[in-house]
Amino acid sequence: MISQVFILSSKGDHLIYKDFRGEAGSDVVSIFYEKVTALTGDQPPVVMVTPHKREQHSHKDLHFVHVRQGGLYWVATTTANSSPFTVIEFLNRLTALIKDYCGSLSEKSVQMNFALIYELLDEVVDYGYVQTTSSDVLKNFIQTEAVSSRPFSLFDLSNIGLFGAETQQSKVAPSSAATRPIQSSREQGGKSEIFVDVIERMSVVIGSNGVLMKADVEGEIRVKCYMPSCSEMRIGLNEEFSIGKSQLRGYGAAVRVDECSFHQAVRLDEFDSHRILRLSPSQGEQTVMQYQLSDDLPSAPPFRLFPTIERDSGGRLLMYMKLRCDLPPKRSLNVDCCCYCGFSLSQELSSPDQSAELRPQSRAVVWQIPRFPGGTQLSALFKLEVPGLSSASMLEVGPVGLSFELPKITATGLQIRFLRLTPVQPSPSQRWVRYVTHSDSYTIRI
Amino acid sequence: MPFFLPNFLLYFSSSPAFLFPISLYPQPFPSLPHCPSLPLSLLFPIFSFFLLFVCPLYTHTHTHTHSFFLPLFLCLRAMSQGVDVSGLFSEMVKACATVDIVQKKLVYVFLCSYASLNPELSLLVINTLRKDCQDPNPMVRSLALRNMTNLRLPSLVEYVEQPLTAGLRDRAACVRRVAVLGFAKLHNLQTNSEIDAAVVNELYSLLRDPDPVVMVNCLRALEEILKEEGGVAINKPITHHLLNRLKECDVWGQCEVLRILQRYRPQSEDELFDILSLLDASLVSPHPPVMAATLSLFLSLCSGLPAVSLAALERVRGPLLAACGSMSREMRFTALCHIQLLLRSVPGLMGVHYKRFFCGYAEPAYIKQRKMQVLVELVNDENVAMLLDELRGYCTDVNTDTAQSAISAIGHIGRSYSDRCLEILTGLLGLKQEHITSAVVQTMRDLVWVCPQCSDTVCLALEGCEESLQDSQGRQALLWLLGVYGERVSCAPYTLEVFIDGVRSETSLGVKMELLTATMRLFLCRPAETQDMLGRLLHYCIEEETDMCVRDQALLYYRLLHCGIEETRKVLHGRRSDPSLGVLIGRPAEPISQWACSFNTLEPLRQGTIETESASRGSPEHVTFDPKPNTDLSDTLNYSHIEKVHSGSDSTTQRTDSSADILASNITVPLSLSLSPALSPEEFEHLWLQQQALHAEQDPEKMKEEEDYTYMEERIHCPAIPHCSPQNLQAAMQLVNIQTLAFTPPHTLPWRVYLYTHTQRTSSADMTHSTLILGELLYTGEANQKVRVKKGTGDREVVVEGREDVQIKEQEEATGDGLSGRELSGKDGEEEGVKVTLKQQPRDDKALKGFLSILTTVLHTLSSDRA
Repeated sequence: MISQVFILSSKGDHLIYKDFRGEAGSDVVSIFYEKVTALTGDQPPVVMVTPHKREQHSHKDLHFVHVRQGGLYWVATTTANSSPFTVIEFLNRLTALIKDYCGSLSEKSVQMNFALIYELLDEVVDYGYVQTTSSDVLKNFIQTEAVSSRPFSLFDLSNIGLFGAETQQSKVAPSSAATRPIQSSREQGGKSEIFVDVIERMSVVIGSNGVLMKADVEGEIRVKCYMPSCSEMRIGLNEEFSIGKSQLRGYGAAVRVDECSFHQAVRLDEFDSHRILRLSPSQGEQTVMQYQLSDDLPSAPPFRLFPTIERDSGGRLLMYMKLRCDLPPKRSLNVDCCCYCGFSLSQELSSPDQSAELRPQSRAVVWQIPRFPGGTQLSALFKLEVPGLSSASMLEVGPVGLSFELPKITATGLQIRFLRLTPVQPSPSQRWVRYVTHSDSYTIRI
Repeated sequence: MPFFLPNFLLYFSSSPAFLFPISLYPQPFPSLPHCPSLPLSLLFPIFSFFLLFVCPLYTHTHTHTHSFFLPLFLCLRAMSQGVDVSGLFSEMVKACATVDIVQKKLVYVFLCSYASLNPELSLLVINTLRKDCQDPNPMVRSLALRNMTNLRLPSLVEYVEQPLTAGLRDRAACVRRVAVLGFAKLHNLQTNSEIDAAVVNELYSLLRDPDPVVMVNCLRALEEILKEEGGVAINKPITHHLLNRLKECDVWGQCEVLRILQRYRPQSEDELFDILSLLDASLVSPHPPVMAATLSLFLSLCSGLPAVSLAALERVRGPLLAACGSMSREMRFTALCHIQLLLRSVPGLMGVHYKRFFCGYAEPAYIKQRKMQVLVELVNDENVAMLLDELRGYCTDVNTDTAQSAISAIGHIGRSYSDRCLEILTGLLGLKQEHITSAVVQTMRDLVWVCPQCSDTVCLALEGCEESLQDSQGRQALLWLLGVYGERVSCAPYTLEVFIDGVRSETSLGVKMELLTATMRLFLCRPAETQDMLGRLLHYCIEEETDMCVRDQALLYYRLLHCGIEETRKVLHGRRSDPSLGVLIGRPAEPISQWACSFNTLEPLRQGTIETESASRGSPEHVTFDPKPNTDLSDTLNYSHIEKVHSGSDSTTQRTDSSADILASNITVPLSLSLSPALSPEEFEHLWLQQQALHAEQDPEKMKEEEDYTYMEERIHCPAIPHCSPQNLQAAMQLVNIQTLAFTPPHTLPWRVYLYTHTQRTSSADMTHSTLILGELLYTGEANQKVRVKKGTGDREVVVEGREDVQIKEQEEATGDGLSGRELSGKDGEEEGVKVTLKQQPRDDKALKGFLSILTTVLHTLSSDRA
């Protein structure tokens, strides 16, 4: 049961406030902001309690549950016995809905679309009880049109080839293509598109001796649908895809995951034989499948680091790092390499477009490598001024964290064989498939 | 006029300059300030102007009715920013009569927010709303109905009831959904009114509505309306109906149904298992809310079947771990908190998956801390190296809170794997980082208090770390260690001297108190080096110190020194370690029922707040077992004074108070029990086995020679004792200064407890006998009991054991025969007796008898308490 829902900007501006049960006043918004800003770093901010202000409810405490998305606080007030899983899932779902309807999540888009958000909230929650969050149902009720804040972009124009010829660009959609409001498709007419994202998050720990200590992948297949009339969609995965340890399919390199779960709307009758997911996508974004793989990646981790740390005669710490990228050549990507240590710095990098800086706040050297080509090796030498250098100072260096985004690659090897829509769409429809692997946490110990 | 309409819309859509078109009007407000919150005085004329002049103009020319939107938009935006725009209420009432749904919705948002301030004007809205309830469009009907009930005005109830009742029978499901909840809102508006039975019946019948949301809303409404009667009635037909339709509901509906079903009690075991197998699929649902709600229901249905509950916990492991890796960090945190609950009952549940709890470098501190708390629980022989390696990496984290909790996590693991952990901790001291050193010293203090065998390594590590200690917590920990282990730290007096020289500028009260105690303790073991500085410290504290506490403490020590060095030693040299732990390091598995009620509530998420707060003040152990010198006073405590010392602080104390009364009347010999010197588990085992070996020789002649050792067995009738929680028993025993060393978990057979104490009995003329008593409580269950009794009657061998028993019989037994005496008591406890085996060294029968009666009384009181 949710008593109130409100949205605050990170500066504490009230953006949206909706009271469903009339049990507490709107002063709770400022109470919340005071509490959340007064928290110290180690206190879990998800749930906070404040005694009820009004007399008749003094026996109950008011509980704030909030999530942070798009730089905003999304807060629900509730009572102690409500389920945190439900409230948090609701808030996450609400942000997803608003993102679907407004195109993107930001302070600006919420401000501009607040009428739409009030309307959504009104339909989604009644008297504190969640009624529906399905965009199929909601599209019948939501009347307000979204105001898009996307700036005019030349890229949109470049998609149109000369005399209708197919250009290189028309095979690629910009990454922002999927951030538009779902409802505007009604007016724009022709543009019925479907986006399928295979997103994987890697968390890897490599020990100081170069041994892979932990490698987890969490992945999901997300479908974002802008089609008003799509009755069924079939997603074909790799034939050799297998779940769990025991199954082995086919002769090729198996694509294996440990655990796998599906959205409840997915029909799996063709999954066992042909690895086909059948579903009727509703408008907006939904996660069709989630899977996990632990400790048994089909390929080697994409990056290896060979660090050497020495003390030179002048009392400086020399950090020589060799970073190797084991991706197939012709791939290049941006990498941020972040090494924790607490000293001032001078550096020698192997190329002028790289940069390295010391961030005193996080006590880390950040080495930024744009366009790191696959199959190559880069090196850097950092000289660190350490006051009172001792052998113990070496302990303090590390670990190294890498953050990157691997486009067109999945760590598990999961691929989408085909994407079919039935009935065959009358208007030209576009189907986009995208693979991305993020580094959730890629740590290399020194 | 129409020409600037497109202009107007264009401006509007490209924010935030949308205020400009207004300034195009030839009106008395030339330019509006571009600020987020508009002053009301400006808003009002804008709004009235639009309403009166512009809007009719547009509606007449059949242009886009959205142009109403702007003033409304401004007004609502001001409202959600917290500006009071209630002055516009009457204008809004007029604006509500429109055919444009978007405008209607916006006006209703406004009206519902301010209706309570304008009850009279709200009456005017009711007519429009009632008219809308007849609208052919179901969306308009549901909208009107919903907002009619959202006005929250008791005066309007009479107008609302009729459309609501009609709404229940509407053909559109969306109207029925609203109408059902509307009754709940009405009921809460006038809580003291009678419950309308017709409405309740109607709602019950709507549980069969084809629309699943209507069904779930009926449940919700009935819960609220029938709150006084304990909520909606959950009988067998309703339960089965709900379960069968569970699949049709969405996530939110399923959660609601599962929550309400928790009240249902199946009539037979077959029915229960039918329900459970029906719910099995949702137990592994990919949606965390459904999974959690199902597990909650499982636990409440199977509260009598622990094996089934455990199987459910196993099953839920996969989905919970998946939630731990969710994209949303709030969801991750929630899952982690609930995993901690599960681990309380099944410590090994996540053992294999410990790597899933390694922290990512970009995770927020509060998630990292939770993960570390989980990791500490999962440590075992195989993964300890890996885990410690990982935790060591966190110790140098940029966030000091994370670093400190990593260090204290290592300290926790150190209770079982002390060598590896101490190595890491001493390594960290080399970093000379302020916050790390402070955390390490505190952790070492806590570790030494639990595992005294670590003290050598700790003493070596302490040298020189005072330079990098700044905060008072860390310095207090250092002082405590220096005081207690001062004789082994060579530089201890010099370190203390530095502190004493700086005492004038010391601001922390805790540090001053600790400094006093530490100097006193050090003086006792190294008087030559410390005497001078102790004098200076006491002089300063008594003469110049302004804080009462410090001054009193100093005075106390000063007077104590007057009593002589032996007295002082007795007071100050107390325990160096917590005797209650020892072998009992691993936390016993709790029954599931302990936490089942807080599962899937906000409670587990909140507990962390308190925990981490205490962790940031100091380590949690130190809060609970504060090794203050004055607690040591109770070490040698005459049991007849128990009442005075522990006057009624908690229930366990109360219990022993009464037992002490009985004891006082029973026994005339002055006897006191004490716990010092403490006996380590190894020593205990050694002594116990040694005496068993002697005993096994079974030679009466030899036994007679072995005069300084006694062995006895006794049966005490106390049925409930084996079901008592170890904590209770331990607490009760400690109150009378009996130390329990090891337990089997409750409810296991055979159930055993090992304990020891020292007795001190003053016999004639200043002679004090002190003896050590080791004991075992054994409960083997009924079958074994009978065998034993038989053996006792028939077999001569046992009599050999009984030889020593002659002296130790219950007082009412007059016969001098050890065999019959024991047999008698054996028969008493034939059903549910606890066998007590005691070993004493050196032999002192009176003391043993006294001890036995204390033990008996404690056990009796405990078991009658349970019954």
